[in-house]
Amino acid sequence: MPVIKYIQPNGQAVEFEVPLGSSVMQGAMDNMVEGIVAECGGACSCATCQVYVDPAWMEIVGPACDFEQDMLSAASDVRSNSRLSCQIEITPELHGLIVSMPG
Amino acid sequence: MPQLPCIIIGASHAAAQLAPSLRQEGWDGPILVVGDESFIPYHRPPLSKAYLLGEKTVDELLIRPADAYGRHGIEFRLGVRVESIDRQAKTLTLASGEELAYAKLAICTGTRVRTVNLPGSELAGVHYLRNIEDIDRIRQVVRPQGRAVIVGGGYIGLETAAVLNQLGMQVTVLEMADRVLARVTAPQVSAFFQRVHEQEGVSIQTAVAVSGFAGDGRVERVLCADGRLFAADLVIIGVGVVPNVELAAQAGLATDNGILVDACARTADPDIVAVGDCTLHPSPYYGFIRLESVPNATEQAKSAAAALCGKDKPYAALPWFWSDQYDVKLQIAGLNQGYDQVVVRGDREVGRSFCAFYLKQGKLIAADCVNRPQEFMFSKRLITENIEVNAQQLADEDIQLKSLLVPVDAALPLN
Ligand SMILES: Cc1cc2nc3c(=O)[nH]c(=O)nc-3n(C[C@H](O)[C@H](O)[C@H](O)COP(=O)(O)OP(=O)(O)OC[C@H]3O[C@@H](n4cnc5c(N)ncnc54)[C@H](O)[C@@H]3O)c2cc1C
Ligand code: FES
Repeated sequence: MPVIKYIQPNGQAVEFEVPLGSSVMQGAMDNMVEGIVAECGGACSCATCQVYVDPAWMEIVGPACDFEQDMLSAASDVRSNSRLSCQIEITPELHGLIVSMPG
Repeated sequence: MPQLPCIIIGASHAAAQLAPSLRQEGWDGPILVVGDESFIPYHRPPLSKAYLLGEKTVDELLIRPADAYGRHGIEFRLGVRVESIDRQAKTLTLASGEELAYAKLAICTGTRVRTVNLPGSELAGVHYLRNIEDIDRIRQVVRPQGRAVIVGGGYIGLETAAVLNQLGMQVTVLEMADRVLARVTAPQVSAFFQRVHEQEGVSIQTAVAVSGFAGDGRVERVLCADGRLFAADLVIIGVGVVPNVELAAQAGLATDNGILVDACARTADPDIVAVGDCTLHPSPYYGFIRLESVPNATEQAKSAAAALCGKDKPYAALPWFWSDQYDVKLQIAGLNQGYDQVVVRGDREVGRSFCAFYLKQGKLIAADCVNRPQEFMFSKRLITENIEVNAQQLADEDIQLKSLLVPVDAALPLN
């Protein structure tokens, strides 16, 4: 199972195995990682699951779809490496992925 | 003496947030969630969307897997109904007669579907839609070319119509009002959804009162007051919900169209909070309101967890909702109650992308955004930040909503 590293708002890093087909958001919810809310449960409707993807991983994670980009462009505290974590599906390539949670 | 638990009644969205938030706020006693459904908390919105469509399994619906609760010492008693609360003794009585003592109590009983009492409404094939088991029963009847009649053209009725249509059924929606979504949106938005459904092949009949159901052992026809008949293999009734306030009311807590709570989700009893669809709570924007939405249950749960740990974290989030039908993603910012003006941005007559803004005395109070995520996000901010806008700006596609967020005197030249 791919291991995802979450850096919580207080700076503390935690690592969890997240099943293939799940999402970076769900992995955080399952393990009660602090820093995201995920109000819409992964429907790409709320932008409360925003994370910052480690720049080294941006290319592997791939680009956001238009809808997600539009959501992000209007979200607060967006950076160039912002993604909605419910839209990042866990694949074998993501083993080792590092994301940090907004404050 | 072992420490008494915080007991949460109702194992759904509110409980799924409240229990872990209690830990985060520092509650170190036992936490017990008592729910009358047989599942740990699951996402309810996908029931009329991906789950009915067959795209999600029960496991994928779960808000958190079982072991996530276990690791935080959160226990469940499922398939068990709480019958009464004794506030003096600080105990609950379960349907089995068993008594449980609590230190703190959270009532998260949500809503139940409004049932109809019409001739034939007990026939097999007539369904309601609120939980996993309802959908599992409905799915057994779904078959391509079968005829489905949806009674009630609200969001859940329309989402269900869209999915059954995608599953190959011939779908008819019967709505009593003269338009679908009459209670929740402006006529312009109703007309849009009617058009989309008709384009997809769903028949929508408005201003029609259902008077009963008929069939030999199972439903075959829906009867209407005007004499019309609609053939049906499957009927789904979606005519709203009623809040589960009885437990609280019997315990002497104030209820109206919901359990009355303050901005921190507290009832008048210092040891009892109430959270989610079952509460009537104050909103800084709209006065006392009862909402039926996941974001509301989640956000209010955080306030309640803090309150149970003796802290004040008032719940002040702007209400918002969403609905997915076909390729239409509707996001709603705010509540439009009491609006006196509707401004449309974009073309609602063709295509599937526009916004309807609701104003009250010249102030933006809500926005229905169809495939317009940016406008949705910015509308939320325009409303919460109480920024003055006018109808002409809202209607003009050339004016980005983002630019309206900047107060005029602080505006910087754009580059
Ligand atoms: C088909 C469908 C689609 C929806 N779509 C959306 C959507 O797109 N977006 C959105 O925001 N919201 C949507 N909603 C609404 C959303 O599901 C609710 O707002 C949310 O579930 C509220 O959570 P809650 O915990 O307050 O209450 P509920 O989910 O109603 O849960 C209350 C729980 O308490 C249990 N209970 C009640 N009384 C007792 C008792 N005495 N003892 C033990 N257990 C008890 C109930 O059985 C239930 O399990 C939808 C709802 C449905 C049914
Ligand atoms: S959980 Fe709502 S957008 Fe990701």
